[in-house]
Amino acid sequence: MRIEYFQLIDRIVDLNLADKTIRTEARVPDASTIFEGHFPGLPLMPGVLLIEAMAQTAGWLVIGVTKFTRMPFFAALKEAKLRSFVTPGQTLALSAKLLHEGSGFAVTKAEIRCDDKLACNAEITFRLVEFPNADFRASMDKMAALLEFPMGALAHG
Amino acid sequence: MPSTFDTVANIISETCDIPRDTIKPESHAINDLGIDSLDFLDIAFAIDKAFGIKMPLEQWTQEVNDGKATTEQYFQLNNLCARIDELVAAKGA
Repeated sequence: MRIEYFQLIDRIVDLNLADKTIRTEARVPDASTIFEGHFPGLPLMPGVLLIEAMAQTAGWLVIGVTKFTRMPFFAALKEAKLRSFVTPGQTLALSAKLLHEGSGFAVTKAEIRCDDKLACNAEITFRLVEFPNADFRASMDKMAALLEFPMGALAHG
Repeated sequence: MPSTFDTVANIISETCDIPRDTIKPESHAINDLGIDSLDFLDIAFAIDKAFGIKMPLEQWTQEVNDGKATTEQYFQLNNLCARIDELVAAKGA
Protein backbone atom coordinates (compact mmCIF):
# COMPACT_ATOMS: atom_id res chain seq x y z
CA MET A 1 0.00 0.00 0.00
CA ARG A 2 1.42 3.36 -1.00
CA ILE A 3 -0.98 5.79 0.62
CA GLU A 4 0.80 8.87 -0.73
CA TYR A 5 0.19 7.65 -4.29
CA PHE A 6 -3.37 6.59 -3.49
CA GLN A 7 -2.41 3.01 -4.27
CA LEU A 8 -4.39 1.22 -1.59
CA ILE A 9 -4.02 -2.38 -2.67
CA ASP A 10 -0.78 -4.31 -3.15
CA ARG A 11 -1.72 -7.34 -5.21
CA ILE A 12 -4.59 -9.01 -7.02
CA VAL A 13 -4.74 -12.49 -5.52
CA ASP A 14 -7.55 -13.92 -7.64
CA LEU A 15 -9.88 -12.76 -10.40
CA ASN A 16 -12.74 -15.09 -11.24
CA LEU A 17 -14.67 -13.83 -14.27
CA ALA A 18 -17.13 -16.74 -14.17
CA ASP A 19 -18.22 -15.90 -10.63
CA LYS A 20 -17.51 -12.20 -11.17
CA THR A 21 -15.43 -11.97 -8.01
CA ILE A 22 -12.01 -10.67 -7.07
CA ARG A 23 -9.68 -10.94 -4.11
CA THR A 24 -6.86 -8.55 -3.36
CA GLU A 25 -4.53 -7.92 -0.45
CA ALA A 26 -2.86 -4.93 1.09
CA ARG A 27 -0.63 -4.19 4.02
CA VAL A 28 -1.19 -0.99 5.95
CA PRO A 29 2.21 0.74 6.27
CA ASP A 30 3.80 0.92 9.68
CA ALA A 31 4.30 4.65 9.34
CA SER A 32 2.69 7.48 7.39
CA THR A 33 2.16 11.18 7.98
CA ILE A 34 -1.57 10.37 7.92
CA PHE A 35 -1.20 8.54 11.21
CA GLU A 36 0.34 11.62 12.80
CA GLY A 37 -3.01 13.34 12.53
CA HIS A 38 -5.33 10.33 12.53
CA PHE A 39 -4.86 10.17 15.46
CA PRO A 40 -2.07 11.41 17.77
CA GLY A 41 -1.49 8.57 20.21
CA LEU A 42 -3.96 6.28 18.39
CA PRO A 43 -2.90 5.69 14.76
CA LEU A 44 -5.84 4.37 12.73
CA MET A 45 -6.31 3.74 9.03
CA PRO A 46 -8.95 6.33 8.03
CA GLY A 47 -12.32 4.87 7.10
CA VAL A 48 -12.42 6.86 3.87
CA LEU A 49 -9.21 5.16 2.77
CA LEU A 50 -10.62 1.73 3.63
CA ILE A 51 -13.59 2.59 1.43
CA GLU A 52 -11.21 3.67 -1.34
CA ALA A 53 -9.35 0.37 -0.96
CA MET A 54 -12.65 -1.48 -1.42
CA ALA A 55 -13.43 0.71 -4.44
CA GLN A 56 -10.04 -0.03 -6.01
CA THR A 57 -10.59 -3.76 -5.48
CA ALA A 58 -14.09 -3.64 -6.99
CA GLY A 59 -12.82 -1.35 -9.74
CA TRP A 60 -10.25 -3.91 -10.90
CA LEU A 61 -13.01 -6.49 -10.96
CA VAL A 62 -15.06 -4.25 -13.25
CA ILE A 63 -12.05 -3.64 -15.49
CA GLY A 64 -11.64 -7.40 -15.74
CA VAL A 65 -15.30 -8.07 -16.44
CA THR A 66 -15.36 -5.39 -19.13
CA LYS A 67 -12.02 -6.64 -20.48
CA PHE A 68 -10.26 -3.28 -20.25
CA THR A 69 -12.85 -1.55 -22.46
CA ARG A 70 -14.19 0.70 -19.71
CA MET A 71 -12.74 2.68 -16.83
CA PRO A 72 -14.85 2.56 -13.66
CA PHE A 73 -15.23 5.80 -11.71
CA PHE A 74 -16.53 5.74 -8.15
CA ALA A 75 -20.11 7.11 -8.28
CA ALA A 76 -22.05 6.00 -5.23
CA LEU A 77 -21.58 4.32 -1.88
CA LYS A 78 -24.32 2.58 0.07
CA GLU A 79 -24.59 0.69 3.32
CA ALA A 80 -20.98 1.41 4.22
CA LYS A 81 -20.11 -0.06 7.59
CA LEU A 82 -16.77 0.45 9.35
CA ARG A 83 -16.90 -2.36 11.85
CA SER A 84 -13.52 -2.34 13.55
CA PHE A 85 -10.34 -0.30 13.82
CA VAL A 86 -7.59 -0.97 11.29
CA THR A 87 -4.11 -0.11 12.49
CA PRO A 88 -0.62 0.32 10.98
CA GLY A 89 1.05 -2.93 10.00
CA GLN A 90 -2.14 -4.93 9.56
CA THR A 91 -2.67 -7.07 6.48
CA LEU A 92 -6.00 -6.64 4.73
CA ALA A 93 -7.83 -9.28 2.73
CA LEU A 94 -10.15 -7.48 0.34
CA SER A 95 -12.81 -8.95 -1.93
CA ALA A 96 -15.60 -7.81 -4.20
CA LYS A 97 -18.45 -9.28 -6.18
CA LEU A 98 -20.26 -7.82 -9.17
CA LEU A 99 -23.97 -7.49 -8.45
CA HIS A 100 -24.96 -5.98 -11.79
CA GLU A 101 -23.30 -4.82 -14.97
CA GLY A 102 -25.55 -2.22 -16.49
CA SER A 103 -25.06 -0.07 -19.55
CA GLY A 104 -22.55 2.55 -18.45
CA PHE A 105 -22.60 1.54 -14.81
CA ALA A 106 -21.79 -1.36 -12.50
CA VAL A 107 -22.92 -2.21 -8.98
CA THR A 108 -20.63 -4.16 -6.66
CA LYS A 109 -20.38 -5.39 -3.10
CA ALA A 110 -17.02 -5.23 -1.36
CA GLU A 111 -15.51 -6.06 1.99
CA ILE A 112 -12.27 -6.06 3.95
CA ARG A 113 -11.25 -8.69 6.46
CA CYS A 114 -8.42 -8.43 9.00
CA ASP A 115 -7.34 -11.68 10.65
CA ASP A 116 -10.42 -13.26 9.05
CA LYS A 117 -12.70 -10.81 10.84
CA LEU A 118 -14.97 -8.52 8.83
CA ALA A 119 -13.59 -4.99 9.21
CA CYS A 120 -15.79 -3.10 6.74
CA ASN A 121 -18.16 -3.62 3.83
CA ALA A 122 -20.21 -1.56 1.39
CA GLU A 123 -22.12 -1.50 -1.87
CA ILE A 124 -20.23 0.55 -4.45
CA THR A 125 -21.56 1.82 -7.77
CA PHE A 126 -19.33 2.90 -10.63
CA ARG A 127 -19.91 4.88 -13.79
CA LEU A 128 -18.19 3.16 -16.70
CA VAL A 129 -16.63 5.28 -19.42
CA GLU A 130 -14.20 4.66 -22.23
CA PHE A 131 -10.60 5.31 -21.30
CA PRO A 132 -10.25 9.06 -21.84
CA ASN A 133 -6.84 8.96 -23.55
CA ALA A 134 -3.87 6.75 -24.36
CA ASP A 135 -1.76 8.05 -21.48
CA PHE A 136 -4.47 7.20 -18.99
CA ARG A 137 -4.85 3.73 -20.46
CA ALA A 138 -1.09 3.20 -20.39
CA SER A 139 -0.97 4.19 -16.73
CA MET A 140 -3.69 1.63 -15.96
CA ASP A 141 -1.80 -1.05 -17.88
CA LYS A 142 1.29 -0.22 -15.83
CA MET A 143 -0.69 -0.40 -12.59
CA ALA A 144 -2.27 -3.68 -13.68
CA ALA A 145 1.21 -5.17 -14.13
CA LEU A 146 2.31 -3.83 -10.75
CA LEU A 147 -0.71 -5.42 -9.06
CA GLU A 148 -0.16 -8.70 -10.94
CA PHE A 149 -3.49 -8.42 -12.74
CA PRO A 150 -4.05 -11.90 -14.26
CA MET A 151 -4.27 -10.98 -17.93
CA GLY A 152 -4.66 -14.67 -18.78
CA ALA A 153 -8.03 -14.70 -17.02
CA LEU A 154 -9.41 -12.32 -19.65
CA ALA A 155 -8.89 -14.87 -22.40
CA HIS A 156 -10.81 -17.51 -20.50
CA GLY A 157 -13.56 -15.30 -19.03
CA MET B 1 -49.59 -8.10 -12.33
CA PRO B 2 -48.63 -4.41 -12.25
CA SER B 3 -48.16 -2.60 -15.54
CA THR B 4 -44.71 -1.61 -16.72
CA PHE B 5 -45.57 1.99 -15.91
CA ASP B 6 -46.67 1.16 -12.36
CA THR B 7 -43.48 -0.78 -11.72
CA VAL B 8 -41.30 2.00 -13.11
CA ALA B 9 -43.24 4.72 -11.28
CA ASN B 10 -42.93 2.83 -8.00
CA ILE B 11 -39.20 2.40 -8.52
CA ILE B 12 -38.78 6.12 -9.22
CA SER B 13 -40.92 7.07 -6.24
CA GLU B 14 -38.98 4.85 -3.84
CA THR B 15 -35.54 5.58 -5.25
CA CYS B 16 -35.88 9.36 -5.52
CA ASP B 17 -38.44 9.99 -2.77
CA ILE B 18 -40.88 11.53 -5.24
CA PRO B 19 -44.60 11.29 -4.33
CA ARG B 20 -46.06 8.48 -6.41
CA ASP B 21 -49.14 10.48 -7.46
CA THR B 22 -46.97 13.15 -9.12
CA ILE B 23 -45.41 10.60 -11.49
CA LYS B 24 -47.46 10.43 -14.72
CA PRO B 25 -46.97 8.55 -17.98
CA GLU B 26 -46.25 11.85 -19.71
CA SER B 27 -43.68 12.90 -17.06
CA HIS B 28 -40.16 13.48 -18.32
CA ALA B 29 -37.74 11.87 -15.88
CA ILE B 30 -35.22 14.70 -16.15
CA ASN B 31 -37.21 17.80 -17.04
CA ASP B 32 -40.37 17.16 -14.98
CA LEU B 33 -39.21 14.92 -12.15
CA GLY B 34 -35.75 16.45 -11.75
CA ILE B 35 -33.96 13.11 -11.70
CA ASP B 36 -30.23 13.58 -12.18
CA SER B 37 -27.87 11.15 -13.86
CA LEU B 38 -26.62 9.65 -10.59
CA ASP B 39 -30.13 8.95 -9.33
CA PHE B 40 -30.94 7.51 -12.73
CA LEU B 41 -28.21 4.88 -12.19
CA ASP B 42 -30.13 3.63 -9.14
CA ILE B 43 -33.33 3.64 -11.17
CA ALA B 44 -31.68 1.81 -14.05
CA PHE B 45 -30.27 -0.79 -11.64
CA ALA B 46 -33.75 -1.39 -10.17
CA ILE B 47 -35.43 -1.50 -13.60
CA ASP B 48 -32.80 -3.88 -15.00
CA LYS B 49 -33.33 -6.16 -12.00
CA ALA B 50 -37.13 -5.94 -12.01
CA PHE B 51 -37.46 -6.78 -15.70
CA GLY B 52 -34.36 -8.94 -16.19
CA ILE B 53 -33.01 -6.66 -18.90
CA LYS B 54 -30.07 -4.35 -19.57
CA MET B 55 -31.32 -0.98 -20.71
CA PRO B 56 -28.85 0.32 -23.34
CA LEU B 57 -28.30 3.66 -21.63
CA GLU B 58 -24.95 4.27 -23.30
CA GLN B 59 -26.51 3.82 -26.74
CA TRP B 60 -29.48 6.04 -25.88
CA THR B 61 -27.24 8.77 -24.50
CA GLN B 62 -25.04 8.61 -27.59
CA GLU B 63 -28.07 8.93 -29.88
CA VAL B 64 -29.25 11.98 -27.95
CA ASN B 65 -25.78 13.55 -27.97
CA ASP B 66 -25.51 12.92 -31.73
CA GLY B 67 -28.88 14.54 -32.35
CA LYS B 68 -30.35 11.28 -33.65
CA ALA B 69 -32.93 11.09 -30.88
CA THR B 70 -34.55 13.38 -28.34
CA THR B 71 -34.51 12.88 -24.60
CA GLU B 72 -38.32 12.54 -24.77
CA GLN B 73 -37.94 9.35 -26.80
CA TYR B 74 -36.13 7.62 -23.97
CA PHE B 75 -36.80 9.54 -20.77
CA GLN B 76 -40.46 10.45 -21.01
CA LEU B 77 -41.95 7.66 -18.93
CA ASN B 78 -44.51 6.32 -21.40
CA ASN B 79 -41.75 6.11 -24.02
CA LEU B 80 -39.30 4.62 -21.52
CA CYS B 81 -41.88 1.96 -20.62
CA ALA B 82 -42.39 1.17 -24.32
CA ARG B 83 -38.62 0.68 -24.68
CA ILE B 84 -38.64 -1.59 -21.60
CA ASP B 85 -41.50 -3.65 -23.07
CA GLU B 86 -39.51 -4.01 -26.30
CA LEU B 87 -36.45 -5.21 -24.39
CA VAL B 88 -38.51 -7.68 -22.38
CA ALA B 89 -40.13 -8.97 -25.60
CA ALA B 90 -36.73 -9.28 -27.30
CA LYS B 91 -35.42 -11.25 -24.33
CA GLY B 92 -38.25 -13.76 -24.65
CA ALA B 93 -37.98 -14.06 -28.43
